[in-house]
Amino acid sequence: MEQTRYTVRNKYSDVPYEVKEQLFREVKSDLRFTDYLYGCYECGICVAACPSARFYDFSPRRIAQAVAREDVELIYEQMNDDVWECSQCFSCNRCPRQNSPGGIITVLREVAVKHGLRSAKEALGAYGRVIYKIMSTGTQVSPDMLQPDAFPDWGPQVLDVSKNLDTWRKAIPPETLHTTETAWEIDDKTIIELYLIWHMTGVMNMIEKVDEGLYTILMDVMEEKLEEAGYSM
Amino acid sequence: MPIEIEIPILSADKRAAEDIEKDHTHELLFELEAQGELVVQRVPEPYSEVDTKYGRKKKIPLQHTWHHKSCGQCGHIPGYSTSIFWLHRQLGLEYNDPKDQTSCTAWNYYASATSNAAAQAAVAVRNFAAAYESGYFPLIHCGTSFGHYKETRHELLHHADLRKQVREIMAKLGKQLVLPEEIVHYSEWVHVIRDRAAQKRVYDCSKITATVHPACHYHKLVAEDAIYDREIYGGQRSAIVTSTLQALGVNVADYSTWFDCCGFGFRHILVQRDFTRSFATMRKIEVMKNEANPDVTITHDTGCVTTLDKSQFAAKAHDRNVGVPVMSEAQFVALAMGAHPYRVVQLHWHTTEYGALLEKMGIDWKTRWEEFQGDLEAIKSGKKEFLTWEDADAK
Repeated sequence: MEQTRYTVRNKYSDVPYEVKEQLFREVKSDLRFTDYLYGCYECGICVAACPSARFYDFSPRRIAQAVAREDVELIYEQMNDDVWECSQCFSCNRCPRQNSPGGIITVLREVAVKHGLRSAKEALGAYGRVIYKIMSTGTQVSPDMLQPDAFPDWGPQVLDVSKNLDTWRKAIPPETLHTTETAWEIDDKTIIELYLIWHMTGVMNMIEKVDEGLYTILMDVMEEKLEEAGYSM
Repeated sequence: MPIEIEIPILSADKRAAEDIEKDHTHELLFELEAQGELVVQRVPEPYSEVDTKYGRKKKIPLQHTWHHKSCGQCGHIPGYSTSIFWLHRQLGLEYNDPKDQTSCTAWNYYASATSNAAAQAAVAVRNFAAAYESGYFPLIHCGTSFGHYKETRHELLHHADLRKQVREIMAKLGKQLVLPEEIVHYSEWVHVIRDRAAQKRVYDCSKITATVHPACHYHKLVAEDAIYDREIYGGQRSAIVTSTLQALGVNVADYSTWFDCCGFGFRHILVQRDFTRSFATMRKIEVMKNEANPDVTITHDTGCVTTLDKSQFAAKAHDRNVGVPVMSEAQFVALAMGAHPYRVVQLHWHTTEYGALLEKMGIDWKTRWEEFQGDLEAIKSGKKEFLTWEDADAK
C-alpha cells in the first residue's frame, strides 16, 4: 500500500530547542498553570465558542492540546504566531474538562513578553501608549484619548467629544470625573503605591524586555514622583 | 493501522465538577483568616442574599459601599458610572466615591500581558485594603475587574507563596492583605434593588423590546459565583440584567448568539479593531436585528457597551443591518426613573442613534438637550464651575 509521508515544518528552526524548552518550563512552572489545564477530550467546544476562531486561523483546542502533549516546537510557534489573536473573553472556559485555554494563553503571552520575543514586540508595537497610560496614571483609558485620528471608524461623535472635552467633563455631576487626562481623580499617595508595586513585582523588567523606549519614559516619570515622595530608585 | 496517540492525563481528577459546585472559596477564606494569613472584610448589613449558579447564597450589600470605578466607564461612558451613583442617591443609599482607588489594571493584563500574577494580586489587594481602611465595602463597577479579582482571590487562597509575597508588598505600603467576604459587581446590586427601582419608575417601559448581552467576564470567569434564578431562563443562564429589565416591564427578546462575546478583545479594541467591528456587528448586532429587532440592547460591562455602540458606525456606512442603541442597565433604569438623559445618563457620549428609543419611552429628549446646552453655556461663560448633583435633579 502506498504511504503518504507528511513533514511537519519547523518554522523556528533557527531557535535552539533548549531555548524553546526553557520557555515552556517557565510556562509550566507558573502558579496558574495547574488550574488552567487538566486534559482534553478533543470535543472542540472551546473552538465553537471562540470569537477569534471565527475570524482568524486560530484554535484554542490546538493550543490546549499542544501544551498537554508538551510539544515544545509547536508551543513555541504558537507563542509567536497565534496567542495574540485570542480575545481573552474566556468563552473557552466552557470546556467540559475545566480547562481554560484563554488562561493558558495569558501565561504563554507573559513568557513571550518576559523574554522579549519579536512577535510580542510587534503585537504590542501600537499598544505602548496604552501601557504608558495605565502604568503611569493608574487608569487604562482617559477622556483625552478620544481623538478622531485614533478612532476614525467611530464616526464624527468622537470629534464632538474631543472638541468639547473640557466643558463636557465639567458637566458630569460626580466630582471625581472632572478629569481629562485620567478616567477619574486619583491621589498622589495612591499613584506612588502603584509605582512601588510595579517595581517590587518585576513588571518594570518585563517592560524593559519588550519596549526599551517605553521603559525609559516610564522610569523617568516614576523616578521623579518616587523621589519627591522620599523613595530612592 | 490506527495511530496510537499518547495523551497525558494531567491533574484531570483534581477538580471534579462536584468540587466546583461545592465552591470551597469561603471555607478557605475564613480558615486562612483564622490562621492570621489575611483579613476578611465582612459584607455590611443590611444585605440581600441571592442564588449563585450552583445554589450558594451570595450576600449583596445595599449601601455603605466603596465604589471601585471602571476606566472605560469613567473615561469614555461617564453616564454609566454617574447613573450608578444617581441610583444610590435616589434610593437614599449611602456610598463612597474614593480617590485612593486605581484601576484593577486587568484590561492591560488581558491585552498586553505586561504584568504577572504577583503584580495583579498586589494591585487588587491594595484596592481592597483601601476600601477596608475606609470602612466601606467594595462594589465593583467593571465586569473585567469583577472576574479578574475573583481569579486573583482563587490564586491567593490556593498559593501560600503568593500570599507571602503580597503580604510583604502590602507591609511596605503600610497595608494588610485584605480580601472582601464577597466580590460584588454593581449589576448584582442593581439586581437586588430592581423592585425598589421599578416602584420609582416614571416612564412606561412596556412598549420597549430589549436584547441582553451578558458580559463574558461576569458569567464565564469563576462562573460558579454569578447570579442565577430558576424563574429566569429556567436557571440555565445568568439572571443578571434580564431580571432588572423584566422588573421594569420591558419585553426581553432572545437571540441565538447570546453567549457570544461582544468582540472587545482587550487588545483588539485599541489596536486591531477590524476584528472587533466585524464580530460586534456580524455576530451580535445584526443577529439581534434579524431575530428580535430590539429598541435597545442592554449590557452590564464597560467593554461591551463601548464595542457594541461604537462598532455600528462603520457597519452602517457599509449598509449593514445595524442601528440599535446600546447602554448599561444602570443607565436604562435611571432613564426609566426619570434621570436627565444628558445631565445624568450622559447619552451624548454614545454614538448610535437613541432618539427613537427615548421617544418610545415618552422622554422629551429635545427639550432635555436644550436644557443641557444651557448648562454647557453656563460652564463656558464661567457662571458655573461644574454641573452638580443638585443641577442634575433640577426640574
